[in-house]
Amino acid sequence: MGSARLYLAVAVGGFRRYASYRAATAAGVFTNTVFGLILVYTYLALWEERPGLGGYDQAQAVTYVWLGQCLYATLAIQGGGAEKDLMERIRTGEIAVDLYRPVDLQLWWLAGDVGRAAFQMLGRGVVPFVFGSLFFTMALPTEITPWLAFAVTLLLAAVVSFAIRYLAALSVFWLMDGTGVSQVLMITGVFFSGMVLPLNAFPDGLGDAVQVLPWAAQIQVPADVLMGERDPLGAFAFQAAWAVALLAAGRLLQSVATRRVVVQGG
Amino acid sequence: MEGLRAYGLIAGMWVRSGMTYRASFVFTVFGNLLVTGLDFVGILLMFSQVDSLGGWTLPEIALLYALSVTSFGIADLLLGSMDVLGARMRDGSFDILLVRPVPVLAQVGADRFAVRRLGRITQGAVVLGWALVAVDVDWSAVKVLLVPVMVVSGAAIFSAVFVAGAAFQIFAQDAAEVQNAFTYGGTTLLQYPPSVFGKDLVRGVTFMLPLAFVNWVPAAYVLDRPYPIGLPGWAAFASPLVAVGCCALAGLAWRTGLRSYRSTGS
Repeated sequence: MGSARLYLAVAVGGFRRYASYRAATAAGVFTNTVFGLILVYTYLALWEERPGLGGYDQAQAVTYVWLGQCLYATLAIQGGGAEKDLMERIRTGEIAVDLYRPVDLQLWWLAGDVGRAAFQMLGRGVVPFVFGSLFFTMALPTEITPWLAFAVTLLLAAVVSFAIRYLAALSVFWLMDGTGVSQVLMITGVFFSGMVLPLNAFPDGLGDAVQVLPWAAQIQVPADVLMGERDPLGAFAFQAAWAVALLAAGRLLQSVATRRVVVQGG
Repeated sequence: MEGLRAYGLIAGMWVRSGMTYRASFVFTVFGNLLVTGLDFVGILLMFSQVDSLGGWTLPEIALLYALSVTSFGIADLLLGSMDVLGARMRDGSFDILLVRPVPVLAQVGADRFAVRRLGRITQGAVVLGWALVAVDVDWSAVKVLLVPVMVVSGAAIFSAVFVAGAAFQIFAQDAAEVQNAFTYGGTTLLQYPPSVFGKDLVRGVTFMLPLAFVNWVPAAYVLDRPYPIGLPGWAAFASPLVAVGCCALAGLAWRTGLRSYRSTGS
């Protein structure tokens, strides 16, 4: 019970840390809205040319765009969440302090990152989404059940997103500098999450492949569940399987790193 | 003149420091090329499903893409570090730039000059080469000449946006991300044909923030495509003039911003 309260406090800390930059948040809202507008028009032109592409109609494609803008910062699709701080702490050697704490390293960072995601969602993600729903026709459910299922997929998406970035951050124990890894995170995140194009609109063979990768759990799965294109239970299972596998891999890598690697000092 | 010399010296220093880690340098150029090329991958993925978008073919859109990306890439290489200005004002290091006997704009522009940004220009130039060969155009001397004119004027227009964004940061500080909507948002918008977007948006981008003169207006002439809103025939050749006007206005904004700067005092 006590440890649950501890991680909750860490999550609240993550939330409040990001909540303190109000002007930056407003600027982010503006930028996401502008990008959403640009993408909406290109997607509308694409779906005009190929109605029903990927099983979506135009309203669903529009919904996907605004959901993508809503989740872009929330799930740190191009990086920039907890892994950025963790990389820096490993590089400077401050990670030694973290390892001394009588808490679980992975859960500590997960809690902080979930707090960050919660703020980015409420502070930065909701407004562009509402803007989109006011000015464009979207395919949003009217009953409560799909929204509840959607909420569950978002939580699982946040865990999968963290688990990928945590693995990347741990590599800095060996690489010493996170610049290259961050770049790889950015490329894979943007492409495989379906920020470039919804994964179901990819050409056949490639489409099937990207749909089973963990990044699919981030935008595609929540979008499909919200719009009733995917069975919620199957979606939860897919996301949870990746979350568990990636967190376990992170735990394994973490134990190797802390046992074998000499912490940087200076 | 003195400003240009200072710019060269500072940029040269950053180039030398960047070259110290050669492998890392090669990787970051390559990474930059990949990251910035994802937009074109998106366009290719779209064209794996359709033959035209908004009535434009792949080579035609590739031409728009290449002109937008190449001119933006040049502006980004020359002035792209200006988005750290807000951070410099927060930590007070901006004051140091003010007391040096060198124009502030030259110092800010050359700050963290990053050769890796050649990645964007490189992939833009490659796509430009392909598009010029692949488009179905009856080339005349005027049309051929218009291509380099577009790249240079486009780079100047985007540079003006960067400088205006920097001036805006003096007032907005934390809200630095707003300028991304105009810089990165602008280059993304121009990668797609104007026929895709609503007429009001096209009007705004033509008359208010004249990004359309980077490629849309002159490229419509080269490709013999009607421009969505009526423009006189000479508008296709107006890009250099628009560029000069934008630079003058941006310079004015920068001077005004600099004069009203208040240090944090810490």
